[in-house]
Amino acid sequence: MKRIIITMLLLLLAVGGWIASGSSITIKGSDTLVRLGQRWAEEYMKKNKGVVIQVSGGGSGTGIAALINGTTDICEASRDMKKKEYELAEEKGIKPYRVSVALDGIAVYLNKENPVTELSLAQLKGVYTGSITNWKEVGAPDHRIILYGRENNSGTYAFFKEHVLDKEDYADATQTLPGTAAVVNAVSKDKHGIGYGGIAWAKGVKYAAVKKDDTTSAVEPNIQTVSSGSYPISRELYWFFNGVPKGEMKVLVNWVLSVEGQKLAEKMGYIPLPKELAEANVVE
Amino acid sequence: MECYNFKPKSKFREFVGEKLIAVTAFTALVAILLIFVFIFKEATPIFTSPEVQEEASLNKLTFKQVYREGRAAKWKWQPESEVPKFSLLPLFIGTLKAALVAMLFAVPLGVGAAIYASEFASKRMRELIKPVVELLAGIPSVVLGFFALLVLATALQQTLGLTFRLNALNAGIALGIAVIPIIFTVAEDAMTSVPHSLRDAALAVGANPWQVSFTMVLPAALPGIAAGMVLGFGRAIGETMIVLMASGNAAVISTSLTDSMRTFSATIAAELAEVVFGSPHYNVLFFIGTLLFIFTFLINLAGDLVLAKLKERFQGKMG
Repeated sequence: MKRIIITMLLLLLAVGGWIASGSSITIKGSDTLVRLGQRWAEEYMKKNKGVVIQVSGGGSGTGIAALINGTTDICEASRDMKKKEYELAEEKGIKPYRVSVALDGIAVYLNKENPVTELSLAQLKGVYTGSITNWKEVGAPDHRIILYGRENNSGTYAFFKEHVLDKEDYADATQTLPGTAAVVNAVSKDKHGIGYGGIAWAKGVKYAAVKKDDTTSAVEPNIQTVSSGSYPISRELYWFFNGVPKGEMKVLVNWVLSVEGQKLAEKMGYIPLPKELAEANVVE
Repeated sequence: MECYNFKPKSKFREFVGEKLIAVTAFTALVAILLIFVFIFKEATPIFTSPEVQEEASLNKLTFKQVYREGRAAKWKWQPESEVPKFSLLPLFIGTLKAALVAMLFAVPLGVGAAIYASEFASKRMRELIKPVVELLAGIPSVVLGFFALLVLATALQQTLGLTFRLNALNAGIALGIAVIPIIFTVAEDAMTSVPHSLRDAALAVGANPWQVSFTMVLPAALPGIAAGMVLGFGRAIGETMIVLMASGNAAVISTSLTDSMRTFSATIAAELAEVVFGSPHYNVLFFIGTLLFIFTFLINLAGDLVLAKLKERFQGKMG
């Protein structure tokens, strides 16, 4: 009996030592970024044997909380940290360091049968704050507009609220769904539905072209228009570190910002950073 | 041959064994108590901290508020906002609506199936029905939610011509499927535990099986059936994943069953993972948790008390 216990303990120690020997990095956060984070990690681990990277989602807020609590090395976020979160980090002695790693356009999804092809930012604001409730007010047949959106824990929710609704509240009737896939699914099944989310996601729905105001022309969301900044609803996606990244993490983030890393982002349906922006983010 | 000796090897061992078993029983009790204390502790700033009360006092959680000067007072749930709004009323209405639909759907089916299984079904039939209905309880709620989100919602919208795909009716029916096995099991148990002496007496004085079931067994088992409904209601109030996926989660105040709605449990599930630790929003979510805990505790307690009473009554009659 004793011998068995001792053997087990030795085994445990050996396994523990083996796990601790390679350098291991944990990445946690945004559900928008998680697919890309995983792809980057896979590719990087293939090139650098001995490095273990674990990527998980949970949402930007979850990732930021994990960074503040010191349970993750890198936090992926589809929004900047809030003032309260910066304060909390400071209290705990964490110094958030932000790097932009990709761009993302927020597309407006419409059902394929919907005759509407373009909407202005003002119209979108009206629709989502509840001052425009009928499709006939934006040039479609008479029917109530059915609003779909994300839960208030999502970075996409916060971004859309800030940049499209000018920080006003969403209409009470907005149906909130867990995840962009659920929003796309709902709009694809609902003739009178409207939704929003990343542009890599739209299967079975169509995008509305978006006008900044009535003097400009409507712009379709795609890689070129988001990358050039002409599509009006786009954002940067971030990695946060505790302090300036060093060692393996520095190598990793600089690889992500390299042409190769950004190509991978494009392949996954995200928008690569324009060259100058990528270079500006490289860690010295 | 060896002789079995039932004498314990030592008094000491027996003592330790007994105590160990007692400890396992008390662990459950202590766990429940600790969970309640912890949840409530995280909710207390609503009552004690003036800073939190500025955004979320008991008054603000319950009554209509004027959020912008010159506008009418409203009940609103908008926790992520320039002016956070924490009215619990829309969530309360949503919770009740979903549970109500679930009961309307599950009670006739659950009780009906229980009556059939215990009174009219042949032995083979009963042995088929019981496990199948109880198997329903084994379906993970996320699967039921997914089914409601993709299939049921579309079917309901097309047949009834509804404005909203995801609504109280859709969520309630899916919830009902989860509740049926609870009602069925408890009700069926209550009916089969009606003493045979009673049935025999009724048959002996010339009642036919139908009369025995409806004038004798059913009234005698009624408290048990009621207890099944109460326990089912408790499950419907607390169930999370189904409503999160199938109800649309819009926190509107409306009595219509075809409007979208948001429940207490779904709100906690959707928002707790992201909330800023220690913020008023965080405290409010724990307060909702406390409310849910108290609701379901009282409901389950009531159900269990009724069942205990019923058992006593039958055994009294037997004796």
